[in-house]
Amino acid sequence: MRKNILLKIAKTHVFARKKQSSIAALGVTFGIGTFITLMSFMTGLNGLLDGLILNRTPHIRIYNEVKPSEKQPIELHYKNDSKVTHVIHSIKPRNTQANIRNNRGILNALKRDKRVKGITPQVSARVFYQSGSVLLNGNLIGIDPLKERELFNFHQYVIGGTPEDLKHNQNGIILGAGVAKKLSLHVGEYVPLVTPEGKNIKLKIVGLFQSGLAEVDNIQSYANIKTAQIATNRNTGYLTDIHLKLHDINIAPKMSEEINRIFGINSIDIQKANAQFETGNGIRNLITYAVSITLLVVAGFGIYNILNMLIYEKMNDIAILKATGFAGSDVQRIFIYQALIIGSVGGSMGLIMGLGLSYLISISPFETEALPTIKTFPVNFNYLYYVGGAAFAIITTFFAGFLPARKASKIDPVEILRGQ
Amino acid sequence: MLKVKNINKLFYDPVDVHILKNVSFEMDEGEFVSIMGKSGCGKSTLLYILSTMDTSYEGEVWLNDQCYSQLSEKDLAILRNEHIGFVFQFHYLLPEFTVLDNVMMPALKLGYKTRKEIEANAYAKLGLLGIDDQAKKKATQISGGQKQRVAIARALINNPKVIMGDEPTGNLDSKNAQLVFDIFKNLTEEINTSLLIVTHDEDFASKTDRVIHMADGEIISK
Repeated sequence: MRKNILLKIAKTHVFARKKQSSIAALGVTFGIGTFITLMSFMTGLNGLLDGLILNRTPHIRIYNEVKPSEKQPIELHYKNDSKVTHVIHSIKPRNTQANIRNNRGILNALKRDKRVKGITPQVSARVFYQSGSVLLNGNLIGIDPLKERELFNFHQYVIGGTPEDLKHNQNGIILGAGVAKKLSLHVGEYVPLVTPEGKNIKLKIVGLFQSGLAEVDNIQSYANIKTAQIATNRNTGYLTDIHLKLHDINIAPKMSEEINRIFGINSIDIQKANAQFETGNGIRNLITYAVSITLLVVAGFGIYNILNMLIYEKMNDIAILKATGFAGSDVQRIFIYQALIIGSVGGSMGLIMGLGLSYLISISPFETEALPTIKTFPVNFNYLYYVGGAAFAIITTFFAGFLPARKASKIDPVEILRGQ
Repeated sequence: MLKVKNINKLFYDPVDVHILKNVSFEMDEGEFVSIMGKSGCGKSTLLYILSTMDTSYEGEVWLNDQCYSQLSEKDLAILRNEHIGFVFQFHYLLPEFTVLDNVMMPALKLGYKTRKEIEANAYAKLGLLGIDDQAKKKATQISGGQKQRVAIARALINNPKVIMGDEPTGNLDSKNAQLVFDIFKNLTEEINTSLLIVTHDEDFASKTDRVIHMADGEIISK
């Protein structure tokens, strides 16, 4: 009963000043609306960039690197003799095959590993794309199209065809979009390839590969593993890369080190390969939060201001409430309720505004070379931003109302009543 | 019922002023008492101390068996809410609310009765003062005399032991002043409410049961 009457007084005060109250509420609406829109849009974009890099990049890449032997023969010979120093000039890298040795063993071991979500083996082969007398440098990568699609969203880069088309055509190729443009080739036509070993093959274009990076699209093409092995005169055991996707991306560095140690082979984790990416993500999030919080704080000051003015206007009413038996704490509660009414009305409108703006953004056209399959802006409709926005609206308005309310509670009714 | 013992009050700002000097008196249930004196003699100050709103003084005030100085701000508000009705010179209604809401408010705050009971009660009090037909109007839409009667109805809503007034007729014409006096008189006679009214009006004071005269912070006759 007592709470009801306080709430009723608060409501009456708020609705008696429709103009002031709606301006204060609009402040909150814009604050919350922008907060939600910004968060949804920014995290949507971040998600897109994640997709661009993280979802397509193997968490761990295993490969053979051309490098000099770590221990030169002379070191092995004198390894226990501390009196001998040796100087070797012009160390040459060891001539090793790009093939990952014992790849079957490694694959089997990794398949049993519970931390691994999936594995895709690859064969990388240097080729030349031929058109008349013109030879273009190129790189043919033999893949398992379906596995690449499942683990690394391969289909998002393929236009004019699908990874399935490649799977079903052993003589198929998904040609780099840059190459296709240079050679005026289209899906359904044949592209002649020449290998450094002098072998000539013709592959049917089943799709075009477009990553948005010109230097990749001008060189790279994809075929089935077997096709790449045949093109380079290799047997079926030949693999140059193994790509791993893990259940938990954070253990990639540790696991990469482990693979190095156990299999004696090179591997690089995603964190090392894309360090700059993480930094960019963090800074974008920071900016989003900073802007949103500033907006909300400004909205809070609006409420603070309007309540402060209201209290000066309402001195008489406060005095009369106190004279008729309302305690200071009751008066304080009345003004906090007013702030909360403004906050919750403004906040709910802000939620609707946020949803509306996010929706409008999500249907706006957005076309990028990097993501041929995406047609509109990415927006992350996460309900948590709405929960957070609502909570923030209530918290900010509570604090904005708290100081004026405390001031109202301390007004001495005698001074006001005698003043007139 | 209301006992005042050796009240002293000093203002220190800007110079020390001894505004109330050893004020003591008692009043009984159902008594109609007026306080008279020149402006600045401390009569209003005394009234605000008795109303529990002013707490910076020395001495004791007892309402029935409760001493004000033992109570917290919150408890004083409850005491004021339940046992003291207040009528001011300037009506002091809440302008955004209807007449009925204004009258009901102290009872809703007290919260002893249901809303229905309080509403019936408020109509009864307004009827007692002959303005129940104005109940649904906004407080700003009625005349000055009517406002003062609404304020009295509000003071009565919790059936207080005592009603205090700070020049309740000071702002009214003689016809309305007479009306308010008659209402007060009725209250003491019919529901045995005590009344303590500060006034300038000789005519008004002369018709009350007892007049307390004050000068320079002291009671000179009671």
